[in-house]
Amino acid sequence: MDVLELARWQFGITTVVHFFFVPFTISMAFLVAIMQTIWMRATPPRSTRWLRLTRFFGKLLLINLAVGVVTGLVQEFQFGMNWSDFSRFVGDVFGAPLAMEALLAFYLESVFVGVWIFGWGRIPPKVHLATIWVTAVGTLLSAYFILAANSFMQNPVGYEIDEATGRAEMTDIWAILTNKVLLITFPHTIFAALMVGGAVVGAVSMWHLVRGARQPELAEPDASSDAGAFRTSLRIGAVAVLIGGVGVAVTGDTQGKVMTEVQPMKMAAAEALYESQQPAPFSLLTIGTLDGREPVYQLEVPQLLSFLATGSFDAEVEGINDLQEQYTEQYGDGEYAPNIPVTYWTFRMMITAGGLAAAVALWLLWSTRRGRAPTSRWALWAAAALPVLPLAANAFGWIFTEMGRQPWLVFGLLRTGAGVSPGVGAGTVAASLAAFTVLYAGLCWLWVWLLLKHARPGLPDVSAEARWGERGGSDDASGGAGRADDADDADADRPLTFAY
Amino acid sequence: MELATVWFVLVAVLWIGYLALEGFDFGVGLLTRRFARGDTERRVLINIIGPVWDGNEVWVITAVGATFAAFPEWYATAWSAYYLPLVLILLALIGRGLAFEYRAKGDTERWRRRWDLVIFAGSLVPAFSWGVLLAGFAQGLPLDANHDFAGAGNDILTPYTLLGGVLTLTVSLLHGTHYVAVKTVGDIRTRARRLAGRLALPAAAVVAVFGGWTVLGYADAGASRWVTGVCAAAAVVAVAAGAVANARGREGRAFAATFTGVVAFGAMLFASLYPDVLPSTLSAADGLTVDNASSSDYTLTVMTWVAVPFVPAVLAYQSWVYWTFRHRLGVQHIP
Repeated sequence: MDVLELARWQFGITTVVHFFFVPFTISMAFLVAIMQTIWMRATPPRSTRWLRLTRFFGKLLLINLAVGVVTGLVQEFQFGMNWSDFSRFVGDVFGAPLAMEALLAFYLESVFVGVWIFGWGRIPPKVHLATIWVTAVGTLLSAYFILAANSFMQNPVGYEIDEATGRAEMTDIWAILTNKVLLITFPHTIFAALMVGGAVVGAVSMWHLVRGARQPELAEPDASSDAGAFRTSLRIGAVAVLIGGVGVAVTGDTQGKVMTEVQPMKMAAAEALYESQQPAPFSLLTIGTLDGREPVYQLEVPQLLSFLATGSFDAEVEGINDLQEQYTEQYGDGEYAPNIPVTYWTFRMMITAGGLAAAVALWLLWSTRRGRAPTSRWALWAAAALPVLPLAANAFGWIFTEMGRQPWLVFGLLRTGAGVSPGVGAGTVAASLAAFTVLYAGLCWLWVWLLLKHARPGLPDVSAEARWGERGGSDDASGGAGRADDADDADADRPLTFAY
Repeated sequence: MELATVWFVLVAVLWIGYLALEGFDFGVGLLTRRFARGDTERRVLINIIGPVWDGNEVWVITAVGATFAAFPEWYATAWSAYYLPLVLILLALIGRGLAFEYRAKGDTERWRRRWDLVIFAGSLVPAFSWGVLLAGFAQGLPLDANHDFAGAGNDILTPYTLLGGVLTLTVSLLHGTHYVAVKTVGDIRTRARRLAGRLALPAAAVVAVFGGWTVLGYADAGASRWVTGVCAAAAVVAVAAGAVANARGREGRAFAATFTGVVAFGAMLFASLYPDVLPSTLSAADGLTVDNASSSDYTLTVMTWVAVPFVPAVLAYQSWVYWTFRHRLGVQHIP
């Protein structure tokens, strides 16, 4: 493999894995913030259930957030390491949203999540609640800015090419921050993220409910209240998946139309549509080579692609061959179609996995209606599958949109091969690819293992936090160790409510 | 002042902020190995940096992001040249960040011991490597006419840059030891003061030698050399003042002194660099300067509008966090 291929594999692997953690963090931060808000607003003893849920899912959030934060570092560095000519070409435009992400979002997230982790029992509860909300908003801002950078690569706007240097220079920051691809990709990504967090909450709750119903003798002493709490969180999780599912479908539909406009080749490749057709059908699946030859078998819905691409059932959809001709004229000789089997299948797998996730969430709600608790083995399998589905959908979606943009790195402006670092040798990139692949495999294993380990026990004991909450932190505002400087205070040596 | 120069200063400030802030949490990470006696003391050390280390680390993300936005050529050239050291730094920072969070999430002694090793190595590698890489800016690299790195590992690892690494490592350790003295109670606090007393002289010596080398070897004659020299002298004085304050039991002042020392050291490096950002050792014409590496005026203007309100905002809320968690911890506070 040459430098280009190695660098692409490294970007693909590190980004797909990083994006297992990102949607989890975004959605779980909001779900935990909502649980903590309900705890603060409700009155004890009813509110205790919400506090226990907050602590329980908060721990899962932190296990995930940590690995999301550290893998994010690689993302920022590898543009310069592997893609230095890309960085030179677009830095004037692309660097700005990245720097804004750091300054406006990363500081918020990292600083305030630290306060949230260590603030239990040490700062006023209302301030503590605010920190999780600020963290959650930080994750949204972060998503917005990084998608602004990505959307420029999908649909360059607000720039001009400097004649002397041949590089892109920003001319309009608002155009970049309101890129039509960004405005639709942002909600699509956030709804997709919501499905991940919802799926985790729903699945873990379901598992506890089923296990409690199957083996009542194994249940924790506090099992009855645990079951009640998990029944509530199951609803929150399942409803989040469903809201996310509907949102993803609606925004995905619009996104398809926008994409047909700005990158018709990507959408033609998503259908493996070689010849322009009017109207064009949408194939649910194809058995064949997808290289333009007659397929062995194809299941088609007539006119659907015309509708998906344009909003009209009768419209013409341009095919790969026509577009290839058009681009050859515009950009010179070259191969302008992406890898068709990859785009065709990732597009379908994204939709299928997302749809299945919504279906499982619906079944969760149905099977636990009015106090029921399923005891079949299927219910456990459904719980196990639920989080995997939206994660897979997220990954397929990104592989589709990034692979579908090929051969371009910045659509119409810079080919992928022209962006790679000229001064870096294949051996160097291979070593780094090997190191990161092994490390990331280890991280994934560790991540799953720790999440399962901490999802398995019942809800935690929260008596210390509950006391702190009830007092409103009034005599505890400066923490157990708060008066360590004040030797007269009998409480000065009291252990902290929380410490690592 | 030109916008490109403003951004050079801002990038310098971000790097300096990173060294001064994460510097001490690297130092505390190093102390978890031998200095901490037993698991509880180790936990005290982890908990005094627990709420703040992640926010400290964002300074480097922002420094790199700001470099990308304001000086794309600088970012592209340096980051592709520094490829393997950066891989090492990334591996170390990934492990370290996970270790703080995951150490407490397993049950066995072995689990904790492994993560302890990661905390130590994850603090050691970047505390040393960042010094090497930043000194590499001042020293310059062999760059060809396209501004691409045309050298090998021994152009990055030179005696000068290695001394830069020793400097950031030693000073981080001293800075972290002062932080422990300021943030703990009991035996650990006493021992931190004693250790800081022993570290001060070697640290001051390294700073003095590296400072002299920079002034004589890498600063242009004229104003740049004067400013570099004053910063170098200030760094040595600050470390010495820290030792005096520490000996008198003024822990807060000792910490402030090493903080100032790190700031002066960083200012010295960037002062010796200006108006270059990454000189070429092959031909002066192929080097990167504030002018030929910077973004367009429009981009710099936009970024300035973003930085003007948000940099002070970040400083304000990050200071609030330090204030919120200002109290000392001891072994008795660990639940």
